Amino acid sequence: MITVIKQGLHDTVQDLGRYGYQRFGVVAGGAMDPFSHRVTNMLVGNEEAVATLELTLVGPHLLFEEDALITIGGGDLTPMVADEPVPMWKPVLIRKGSELRFGAARAGCRAYLAVAGGFDIPEVLGSRSTYVKAGLGGLDGRALRKEDILRFNSSSRLAEVMKGKLVSGLPLRAADWQITPKLLPNLSGHYEILVMRGMQYELFDEESRHHFWNESFTVSSQSDRMGYRINGPTLRLRESIEMVSEAVTYGSIQVPADGNPIILAADRQTTGGYPKVGQISSVDFAKLAQAKAGDQLSFKEVTIEESQRLFIKQEMDLRVLRAAIRNRLR
Amino acid sequence: MYIHKTQSGCVGNMEYTFSPLGDQAVMIAVEAAISNLSQRKVNAIVARLDEVAPSWMVEYIPAYTTVTVIYELGEFIGKHPPFEQVCLRIQEILIGVQDVADTEQRIVSIPVLYGGSYGPDLDFVAEYNGLTPCEVIEIHTSGDYTVHMIGFAPGFPFIGGMSEKISAPRKETPRLKIPARSVGIAGMQTGVYPIETPGGWQLMGRTPLELFLPNEHPPSLLAPGDKIRFYEITIEEYKDLRGDDE
Repeated sequence: MITVIKQGLHDTVQDLGRYGYQRFGVVAGGAMDPFSHRVTNMLVGNEEAVATLELTLVGPHLLFEEDALITIGGGDLTPMVADEPVPMWKPVLIRKGSELRFGAARAGCRAYLAVAGGFDIPEVLGSRSTYVKAGLGGLDGRALRKEDILRFNSSSRLAEVMKGKLVSGLPLRAADWQITPKLLPNLSGHYEILVMRGMQYELFDEESRHHFWNESFTVSSQSDRMGYRINGPTLRLRESIEMVSEAVTYGSIQVPADGNPIILAADRQTTGGYPKVGQISSVDFAKLAQAKAGDQLSFKEVTIEESQRLFIKQEMDLRVLRAAIRNRLR
Repeated sequence: MYIHKTQSGCVGNMEYTFSPLGDQAVMIAVEAAISNLSQRKVNAIVARLDEVAPSWMVEYIPAYTTVTVIYELGEFIGKHPPFEQVCLRIQEILIGVQDVADTEQRIVSIPVLYGGSYGPDLDFVAEYNGLTPCEVIEIHTSGDYTVHMIGFAPGFPFIGGMSEKISAPRKETPRLKIPARSVGIAGMQTGVYPIETPGGWQLMGRTPLELFLPNEHPPSLLAPGDKIRFYEITIEEYKDLRGDDE
């Protein structure tokens, strides 16, 4: 069990999303950075869809009321126990009575905290993801607050073996291995993001299309789990059109009449009526999720074939990683 | 079509195009513009997808003239590019689908408390159209409405069929908070906000009915194809139906 001593900026319970209800207007939601969510789960012996905590920019202070095997991944929000930094991307045993304190973001924007067994929270419409606007899922449909209590489900056999290996008198004990850095995104503050042409790409004028691929855009402070507003050259249609609302998805880059693009993210609405200039490759959701206000984005064109090839390659890499972790945890 | 890469299919008398929406979804477009025919085609495709429910389909999102199928990309690892495989599978599934007229339509009656603090823009809509508030309510309650799609917010219906006699432009500055269950008008559309959201619609009144039902299946009171009638209720009836002090 964890008690929240101090809340962060926006700490929510997330899993891989609420699918099957978008036809009723229910947003899919889920972890903004599904890669980090999945890998942190793997590292504590969980199934990948188990709920984690998504922590944004400034993380919380959490008191562990029992021993827990955890992994922190994603953005670096400077996690500490006592005066010791907590290493990321590896299993760590936190002892009962220790306080895990996150600070400000050193790199990236969103950290994921996975606990062996996952959080004991009821599913709403098939998911534990928090959707704050409709008060759905997570802990009472809202972000964490001071004095909230999060209980754990029982952890897997693998996690128990790992815990046994890490036991010592210290408040914190990390595994002596970690996953290869080459699998992890480079959190530089300037992200090159792979983008496919959007459904209405051809309707933009030539100059706008040129700018889109060749200029960089700055992430606005008006960015959240629903979408990122980005500032750069304005994008114009060749002629205005009256669009009929149609489905949108994570990574759809919409351009409203003012010409400033909005990149739709995890908590996007299900349908939209603005022309879409581009569509971010699934493999690069992780980069987008780690971009924060002021960071630079540039877009590199890929075909759907290439985008799907890269996705499948990443799935293969994750399969290999999963097997390697199982061997390590054993 | 304006799509950079499409595949098309034609089955019986139904033609459609496929376009990728990102690398994990495909949009099936049946018509370029909204019509009764486009609605029937969308409904027919949805009915067939429900019937077949292929294992690789995560879900689908119907809209006015499109149905978007979200698929499990991991299930298409093979020789052909996954997008092409998905299009072929969907084409097979849609063989023989006819845009037949809907056989059964639900009629949902929605009680509305018009005006006052529940519908602060009723007077504006009346004035804008040179009508009295009573005439606006009369026209709004005598309309024959159809739900075209659910989207924008959980349970939010896009409703067609409103009389142009009571149309009104969106507010120039949207409200930051529109109370849940508000009934509004924007242009030629009327609709009901299921949850509290920002929005620019002119607010006519409020219904005591919940449109978003997170603990029920399906979680939405309304579905595409439903017929809707609005009827006026008094504040006493509203309070009776709510059963709380709102």
